[in-house]
Amino acid sequence: MSDHAADDTVPEVDESRRKFLIAATAGTGAVGAVLTAVPFVASWKPSESARAAGLPTEVDLSKIEPGQMATFFWRKQPIYVVRRTPEMLASLSTHDGELKDKDSKESEQPDYARNEQRSLKPDLLVLIGTCTHLGCLPKTRFTPNDATVMPNWPGGFFCPCHGSKFDLAGRVVTGSPASVNLRVPPYSFKGDNTLVIGLDSKDKGVA
Amino acid sequence: MGAVVEGKSTGFRAWLNKRLPVDQFMADQLTGYYAPKNFNIWYFFGSLALLVFVMQIMTGIFITMHYKPGELTAFSSVEYLMREVPYGWLLRYLHSTGASAFFIVVYLHMTRALLYGSYKSPRELLWVIGMLIYFVLMAEAFMGYVLPWGNMSFWGAQVIINIFNTIPGIGPDLVEWIRGDYAVADATLNRFFSLHVIAMPFLLALLILLHLVALRQVGSSNPDGIEIKEKLGADGKPLDGIPFHPYYTLKDIVGVGLFLTLFAIVVFFMPTFGGLFLEKPNFEPANPISTPDHIAPTWYFTPYYAILRAIPDQRLGALAFALSVLAFVFLPWLDRAKNRSIRYRGLASKFLLGMFLVVFLTLMWLGLQPAEPAYVLLARICIPLYFAFFVLLPFVSKADGNGPVPDRVTYNAH
Amino acid sequence: MLTNKYAYAFVTALALLLGAGGSFANEGGHAGWARPADNEVANLPSLQRGVRNFMNYCSGCHSLKYIRYSRVAEDLKIPDNLRDEFLVKPGAKFSDYIKSSMPEKDAVDWFGKAPPDLSLVARSRGSDWVFNFLNTFYADPASRQTGVNNLQFPQTAMPHVLASLQGVQGAVWKDVEHKGEGGKVEHTREFEKFEAGVAGSLTPVKYDEFVRDTVNFLQYVSDPTQLEREGLGIWVVLFLLMFTGIAYMLKKEYWKDVT
Repeated sequence: MSDHAADDTVPEVDESRRKFLIAATAGTGAVGAVLTAVPFVASWKPSESARAAGLPTEVDLSKIEPGQMATFFWRKQPIYVVRRTPEMLASLSTHDGELKDKDSKESEQPDYARNEQRSLKPDLLVLIGTCTHLGCLPKTRFTPNDATVMPNWPGGFFCPCHGSKFDLAGRVVTGSPASVNLRVPPYSFKGDNTLVIGLDSKDKGVA
Repeated sequence: MGAVVEGKSTGFRAWLNKRLPVDQFMADQLTGYYAPKNFNIWYFFGSLALLVFVMQIMTGIFITMHYKPGELTAFSSVEYLMREVPYGWLLRYLHSTGASAFFIVVYLHMTRALLYGSYKSPRELLWVIGMLIYFVLMAEAFMGYVLPWGNMSFWGAQVIINIFNTIPGIGPDLVEWIRGDYAVADATLNRFFSLHVIAMPFLLALLILLHLVALRQVGSSNPDGIEIKEKLGADGKPLDGIPFHPYYTLKDIVGVGLFLTLFAIVVFFMPTFGGLFLEKPNFEPANPISTPDHIAPTWYFTPYYAILRAIPDQRLGALAFALSVLAFVFLPWLDRAKNRSIRYRGLASKFLLGMFLVVFLTLMWLGLQPAEPAYVLLARICIPLYFAFFVLLPFVSKADGNGPVPDRVTYNAH
Repeated sequence: MLTNKYAYAFVTALALLLGAGGSFANEGGHAGWARPADNEVANLPSLQRGVRNFMNYCSGCHSLKYIRYSRVAEDLKIPDNLRDEFLVKPGAKFSDYIKSSMPEKDAVDWFGKAPPDLSLVARSRGSDWVFNFLNTFYADPASRQTGVNNLQFPQTAMPHVLASLQGVQGAVWKDVEHKGEGGKVEHTREFEKFEAGVAGSLTPVKYDEFVRDTVNFLQYVSDPTQLEREGLGIWVVLFLLMFTGIAYMLKKEYWKDVT
């Protein structure tokens, strides 16, 4: 290391001090590099605009007839709202053996939707209309016994991309590539005809 | 220059080196490259310029993710970045401060060349490539300043592009072609965006690479201006040279630390720098019917702007403006001294260079002032002095630049 | 010793930096009426009074279109219920940008030009300018349709919206003789002082505080991340100084080899 100097009174090289100082500099430098990366990485998080657009949305339910579905948007995702008829509700208990996640143990929904109807109020189903397989929008197949879907079809949703099937509570039917039920967003009601998507009744809303 | 490298014969290093000359590169360019041991503070600015270039690219990439070019969206997208993107304000200030820092560092880097004759043979091409970097950098900075589409962005672009009107014959057509419209408009903004984000950075990167290769080819000069390769030791290495790694890699890291500290003080505590780095009128959107009280380009262009403005004839003013920038290119041939460094030139050379530096700074300050008679008068005094430096240099350098120079470099241990 | 040279260079650079940055920032008053705004963006109560003042007196005509109610409430620590009741305009959501109530077409009809958005006025004109603008309205029925003129911004189209608070002061002018071009004696009219005119509901001291709070708020709106930036900056600079110190020790250790 000191083979270049013309002077021959070079002091002894303190190797351990050099190693220590290299480690100290490299260590501090590495910490600095990581800290410098923080603002760059953080800048990819949703901006204030994205979060503002993702605040809870109020929608009007009065025009949805029994048996009909309306699609709204929340956080850029389609939200299916179905006003279920008594027959639709009755069909929910007829095919327990064909459900992959009957009790919604693996699926994503707020506590109040962890029941057979997967909803806060039995007659109104609120789902995120995104297939839990790879994200396509499932199509409605509400008519029971529709043979084009499958024998003894109870009525529900059919995803055209890879054939996943969900019942009228969004629960995934065996034979589907999807493994969990359609997701339920947080929601609450304001009066009888207004649905607030994204806001649970107990807290201020999803951040 | 091919050092013999004894690499490991097994393991990842061996696998890598069989496919990419990593160890060879280290040996040739770093541990095997001998640089003069007497570099002083003036020799930090090359590596700092490279650092700032990398910083501008990194912050530029991330800013471009949020910026929306176009006359209707540009200004508000910058405010969006500043207010709504997490740490967006930091990315913006790093980039705007970095632009000014780039010029501070480059001007100091060029001053070193003037002080120590770094442009003299065999480094003329190194200097010319450096001047090309400077020109491209000025274009890059000018276009970058237009992008926020503030009122100064608009009017600065309008005024500077109009200078091209003075070119005989093709002037007006050229100006319309540059703008893509009858005034600075959306078309101008969008093409500047493309040039600023892609074209100029690629060009800069290529020129910087050539600059480094040209440097490596001839080796660094030093504050004494003597050629260290003329005195080799028994091992064939220059007696006054030391391996770039570890000595200058470690020294440059200290330089980086000091620079970043000063840089951070500006970014976090005075990002507008009193209106010099982020000009006040630019916090208003571009308004084609309302000229700011006081149009001035950013500080790094103002020496040349002062010259342009002080000459009453438009065509002559534009010519003087162009010459004042281009004159630097000819320094390697204007300087006829035998000695490189100012240390071994006479009083006349020292005075001439000192006068030039003072005049340059004065013109820089003048360009920032309003166009009032007193300032214009002072600029008119400075202009002949400015050009006198280049005109007199051949004579002064020949007269007092041939004295004796030391045998070995002057070095004090530090 | 070269080590001292580097320390001197660094300290000189630092001093130049602070001096230059500071001196460019201070543009003092041109005449007796100009005073500094003395912003204190860390003073939350002042900012809270400022946003109240702005919403009550300014937001009818002036928008703050780059900032949201929710952002202001968060930064100024205004609770949600107070925000929704007193800040957010009827019909707007708390996450909306702050818009003015005046339709632009009507504004141009009534005033000649639309009242500008004020999100960035404290940066584009400076908070001193805004402070003096709000303080230097004076009665000028002869030459102005609004009945008032302004020392900071002569011929402004804005009426003295705060007249009910400040009152309307008069301006006293003096005739000043000075040598013009070619040695001719010229007379110009210069401002001498204000005189009391119609009183407002606030005393001068209280009005001053009112304006200071409002300008303080506008300073915050033009640069909402200022406090976060300065807070982070302390740590960054300290870290960099520490890193530089360690790197310097490493450099010195190796440079012992070089003689």
